[in-house]
Amino acid sequence: MAFTTYFIYKAILVLAVFAITLLVATYSTYAERKIAAFLQDRVGPDRAGPFGILQPLADAVKMFMKEEMIPSVSNKWLFILGPSLAMLTACLTGVVIPWGKSLFIDGQEFSLQITDLNIGVLYLFSVVSMGVYGIMIGGWASNNKYSLLGGIRASSQMISYEVAMGLSIIALVMTTGTLSMKEIAAQQHGWHWNVLVQPLGCLIFIICAFAETNRAPFDLPECETELVGGYHTEYSSMKLGFFLFAEYINMFISSAVISTFYFGGYNMPFIGRWVHDPNMLAILGVVFLFVKISFFIFFFMWVRWTLPRFRYDQLMNLGWKILIPLSILNIVITGAVSMRVEILEFFTK
Amino acid sequence: MITQYIFYFLSFLAIMFGLMVVLSKNPIHSVLYLVLTFFAIAGHYVLLNAQFLAAVHIIVYAGAIMVLFLFVIMLLNLNKETEPHKNVWLKLSAAVAAGLLLVVMVGSLKNAEMIAATNAFDPSVGLIENLGKTLFGEFLLPFEVASLLLLGAMVGAVLLGKKSIK
Repeated sequence: MAFTTYFIYKAILVLAVFAITLLVATYSTYAERKIAAFLQDRVGPDRAGPFGILQPLADAVKMFMKEEMIPSVSNKWLFILGPSLAMLTACLTGVVIPWGKSLFIDGQEFSLQITDLNIGVLYLFSVVSMGVYGIMIGGWASNNKYSLLGGIRASSQMISYEVAMGLSIIALVMTTGTLSMKEIAAQQHGWHWNVLVQPLGCLIFIICAFAETNRAPFDLPECETELVGGYHTEYSSMKLGFFLFAEYINMFISSAVISTFYFGGYNMPFIGRWVHDPNMLAILGVVFLFVKISFFIFFFMWVRWTLPRFRYDQLMNLGWKILIPLSILNIVITGAVSMRVEILEFFTK
Repeated sequence: MITQYIFYFLSFLAIMFGLMVVLSKNPIHSVLYLVLTFFAIAGHYVLLNAQFLAAVHIIVYAGAIMVLFLFVIMLLNLNKETEPHKNVWLKLSAAVAAGLLLVVMVGSLKNAEMIAATNAFDPSVGLIENLGKTLFGEFLLPFEVASLLLLGAMVGAVLLGKKSIK
């Protein structure tokens, strides 16, 4: 492929992923309000446009127009750095997710993944582990006790659940034998979804994803009954918007990662029987992936408006005393099952 | 050629951020500069085609250890009033000791010269497959001993963290 073609194709792909991420996150705020309203037997936003469909635009305009306040005693640069980092780390993850199979145009292959790192899973994990800095720096730079407590809660929660998340990924990597997201997605064609191989690991991963995105029932960092607004108490205008928006982007990316790791990614069983054109298959794959992602976003919201919030000690007990031992058990079982022939030979010899 | 420029750029960043760690007055800024230093070093690993090391470096150092550092420093609430004042003799003796160390370093490195690498650089050496095979083959014993060391440290930390031992 010529360099200019390559460059244009990658630039378009990056821009498309970025735009779609922002669009989905924007409309997640609308979906969240509508779903909350549905679960609480209300109507929800219905003033801006038909069915309130323009509500996110109205919200964005409100966020931009609000007065910008920087507390005079805070550290200005770090105060600005906090929400920027939160947004940056949220957007970085989309790079390694395989959004679909390759398109073939004029005999040239155009992969629908921005880059296929051979350590894609680890890249994902390192970006997730950097996500805590935005919240911590924002919470500290506000120079407010509630913000600091919120930031510290967030960081200790994220560190604790990262451990269990990493261990559940290790079991997944043991069965797939690769760290490349593209191969993990490609291995799950037909019915070979990883959730059937790793049900326990999948459950642990989903719970940890909830904790990592600071979503209910793990939204203690912004627990308004105890901490006013948590780490974003002192923020106003679009900086607050960035923090809130980063949460929705994280939710979208987590849904994409859960779908890719455990629920087949862009694969759909039996579709190969009816559709034979590879380009058509690739486009349908993107559609299937987004259907799965939409389901998981709905699941995130469903849980938020159903379950009450944990107490902090319960949260820590769940993370350290239940999820980590369970994920280690999962690793041991996975190892034993994959070595079953050798183990049987050892005992029958 | 371009890798050489990137190498110099990353080295410049690593040294500059390393200096900023020491020179910045605010301990929180020091921690954040140290995180940037780790990123520059991770860039060096990527240049050596050791992506696994780069990712693990970021996860372990920047993502876990420095977060804990930041955590502790934020809770300690360090500022000018609580900073302990050192007397003049202490500062003077520190300066003399550091100067002596400099003399010794210069003396020992005076005759050092660049030696050519005995093995040609193998770009696939840092890839995860090769690293895993080496760790679990040639260096199995040190690898397992290191894991025991970590386990011991973990048990020790739990014991120290407990308020009372029944």
